[in-house]
Amino acid sequence: MEFFKSTLNIDFMGKRVWMAGFSVVTIIISLVSLSTQWLNLGLDFTGGTLIEVRYPHSVELPGVRRTLATAGFPQAVVQHLGSARDVLVRVPPHGKESSADLSNQVLAALQKEAGAKLDLKRVEFVGPQVGSELAEKGGLAMLYALLGILVYVALRFEWRLSLGAVLATVHDTIFTLGFFSVFRIPFNLTVLAAVLAVIGYSLNDTIVVFDRIRENFRRMRKADTVEVMNSAINQTLSRTIMTSLLTMLVVVTLFFLGGEVVHGFSIALIVGICIGTFSSIYVASPLAMWLGVSRADLMPVRKEMTEADRRP
Amino acid sequence: MINRYPLWKYLLILGVLLVGTLYALPNLYGQDPAVQISSTRGEPVTAQIRDKAVAVLEKANVRYKSVTEHDGRLLIRFHDSEAQLRARDLLEVALGSDYVVALNLAPSTPAWLRAINARPMYLGLDLRGGVHFLMSVDMRTAIKQALERHVGDLRTLLRDKRIRYLDVSRAKDAIEMRFRDARDLDRARALIAQKEPNLVLSTPSGQGGFFLRAVLSPQDLTKIRDFAVQQNITTLRNRINELGVTEPIIQQQGRDRIVVELPGVQDTARAKEIIGATATLEFHLVDEEHSVADAVSTGHVPPGDRIYYDRQHRPILLLRRVIITGDQITDASSGLDQQSGQPAVFITLDGRGARIMEDTTAKNIGRRMAVVFIENKVTTHMKNGKPVRVTRRVEQVINVAVIRDRFGRRFQITGLDSPQEARNLALLLRAGALAAPMQIIEERTIGPSLGQANIRQGFEAVVVGFVVVLVFMAVYYRAFGLMADLALFFNLVLVVALLSLLQATLTMPGIAGIVLTVGMAVDANVLIYERIREELRNGNTPQASIHAGYEKAFSTIADANITTLIAAVVLFGFGTGPVKGFAVTLSLGILTSMFTAIMGTRAITNLLYGGRRVKRLSI
Repeated sequence: MEFFKSTLNIDFMGKRVWMAGFSVVTIIISLVSLSTQWLNLGLDFTGGTLIEVRYPHSVELPGVRRTLATAGFPQAVVQHLGSARDVLVRVPPHGKESSADLSNQVLAALQKEAGAKLDLKRVEFVGPQVGSELAEKGGLAMLYALLGILVYVALRFEWRLSLGAVLATVHDTIFTLGFFSVFRIPFNLTVLAAVLAVIGYSLNDTIVVFDRIRENFRRMRKADTVEVMNSAINQTLSRTIMTSLLTMLVVVTLFFLGGEVVHGFSIALIVGICIGTFSSIYVASPLAMWLGVSRADLMPVRKEMTEADRRP
Repeated sequence: MINRYPLWKYLLILGVLLVGTLYALPNLYGQDPAVQISSTRGEPVTAQIRDKAVAVLEKANVRYKSVTEHDGRLLIRFHDSEAQLRARDLLEVALGSDYVVALNLAPSTPAWLRAINARPMYLGLDLRGGVHFLMSVDMRTAIKQALERHVGDLRTLLRDKRIRYLDVSRAKDAIEMRFRDARDLDRARALIAQKEPNLVLSTPSGQGGFFLRAVLSPQDLTKIRDFAVQQNITTLRNRINELGVTEPIIQQQGRDRIVVELPGVQDTARAKEIIGATATLEFHLVDEEHSVADAVSTGHVPPGDRIYYDRQHRPILLLRRVIITGDQITDASSGLDQQSGQPAVFITLDGRGARIMEDTTAKNIGRRMAVVFIENKVTTHMKNGKPVRVTRRVEQVINVAVIRDRFGRRFQITGLDSPQEARNLALLLRAGALAAPMQIIEERTIGPSLGQANIRQGFEAVVVGFVVVLVFMAVYYRAFGLMADLALFFNLVLVVALLSLLQATLTMPGIAGIVLTVGMAVDANVLIYERIREELRNGNTPQASIHAGYEKAFSTIADANITTLIAAVVLFGFGTGPVKGFAVTLSLGILTSMFTAIMGTRAITNLLYGGRRVKRLSI
């Protein structure tokens, strides 16, 4: 079974200006959104308290809010999670008291009102100092990952290709973050982990294409850069789509079956895989071309200095 | 010859798969509901207790599976959780407060697997339920205490050597000494430099009078910090032992942080009470002569007295003088008062405390004595966008009792609300005051029901994702797809085996990592197979195509995987808890997939096609 005919020869590079336009527009949207409203940072980074409880019966939210307001938490955000019996309470860190005791007080207040023992499903409390620390470390982790990859790719490829690959990866990272920013999806630690995985994955795709470009430059002596890149993208297209599709299938499975904990995680990967596939075709190669990669740069370096030459 | 592996390669692959399967095996066995008995004092459980426990269970007709000893703790396994719960209730009553009876789930790994050290994966808190705390030790207080100690020492030292001083006191992060004249100052400086080499001395200029300033040396500060963290860890360990948690983790993190993980703890409120509070007791006499109502209404407190409040917020007038404090308590245990049958706390004092207590009670029979419970609660407020920590001292009269008789070394407090409260009080007293107050700066609690749900959902996601990929590969690449499927299956087995072997923590994001590697692991095979197809299209023979496909795809696969590995390693370095789990499974998955997808499938391909005349490939 095959999805693509072997004779396939789509002129990907010919559409590069259009696609570059698309990339530039989405990146600008992402950057504008990130700079104006930043990310909807979750509790991991902002600090605060989150309590998830399950009632033995379905419960009305206004009542719960009233209970919490009288117990001294007027700023608490209350919502249903999954069913009418599950309630999620968030208390922002700006509250007067944000010690670890707070979750106990909230639970006690809810239990008193409900007159029954509630099933405590989850409590998360992150102190303000821990939150800002995690945010800082998270940003650094992203930088280090990009840096490490830059170094590796620079060692393996010619610098124009490696710069193209890393820029494409940065493009994907900004797009994914922008997606979370525009749609206000909560950004927590696991999402950050997924973004790092996207960095690895997106590069993975680009490298496969670049490997082929390098190979084709050496093989297709007559062809110009555009032809070489087009052929490389076409030859690897089947693999690119197949792998993306399979990875997408499992990530979508994770989205639907993995439960609430990995929701953001799977969204980040779904977005990241889509954009990563796009960028490995339409962003990375044109970038390398605009940077001026040519056949001469990729020819194997012949050892011209022999032992005999070195002898005085 | 082309496409043939030497025998040792086959054997190597077979060996790895065999060992992998063996170590992955324990995960297939379930868990037994069990009850764990440990001594509150950390001593090993004796054979006597073992016999007693067995006798209790047999008398009540509770059927158990086995009784084993492990690290000085007794583990009794049951067939169902009903028996487990009944046994817990029975044993708790029978063994008293000297032993902790805790519910536990014990892996039912068969003995022959345990013999080769094969264990099931270590599940993280988000999968098994439990509490994770990150605590921060308040170093400012630790240093303050150290300085206070030095103040006392210096006064004694100066007095002993008859050096007259006007004042010795602590001022923020230093000790300031004031002298009458330059001679005294010089003598003091020489003396302190000799006797207390850890203090860094200086004479502040620009101030009238003869001042000497002493600060702690950097080495000393480091020592105090380390000591404060260590002592807190020890105290925490004691307290947590008494909570009866089966596999607690208490570790230092960074310079002044402590991580506490308590799997299976459900009552987090109680855990927090016990862990978070630095508590001590003071014994005061009640002022029987003055009226407390007058003192409260007029605000005129008789000299030497202070108004305290009890738990119902009723005021009570106590003498300021402290009889003894919690430091002088050497042991405390809970139980039932023999006469009234009420819950009680039995307290044992050290020599000095006992002497003072004896004197005081002998003179005051018939008067009342109050026990004041003092707790240091730390809260964080946001002030100008910055967290500010405030330590609150909460003082509460928890017990007032008439002194019936002269107290000895050992006495008891009654009048507590419940056996539970007696237990908690005894626990707090025994664990003693902490060296420096700690504050919980992060908490993550996962209830057992959510942990179960996470395991189920994670498992389903892995299975469904796995099956989808299997079917897809088989349809798309036919025979070669099936080979890749086999490799994928063993990849999963190897990841599980490695996780079990390393006892790395499996978390929910970790499971997500496994799902992700299922998708990414086939990438290697997709790369190889696409290459083989291409070679075939170019008119190469099947054998040459297989060879070239594997050969040419290899460097691409390596490059692609190494970049992902770099991201995973960074993640591991950054990671806390669950995220680290993701990094671990992702890296392991990548490494094992290289083995199974390249070597594994190649071995099968070689076995099937190698050295044979093949007309066409099923790809």
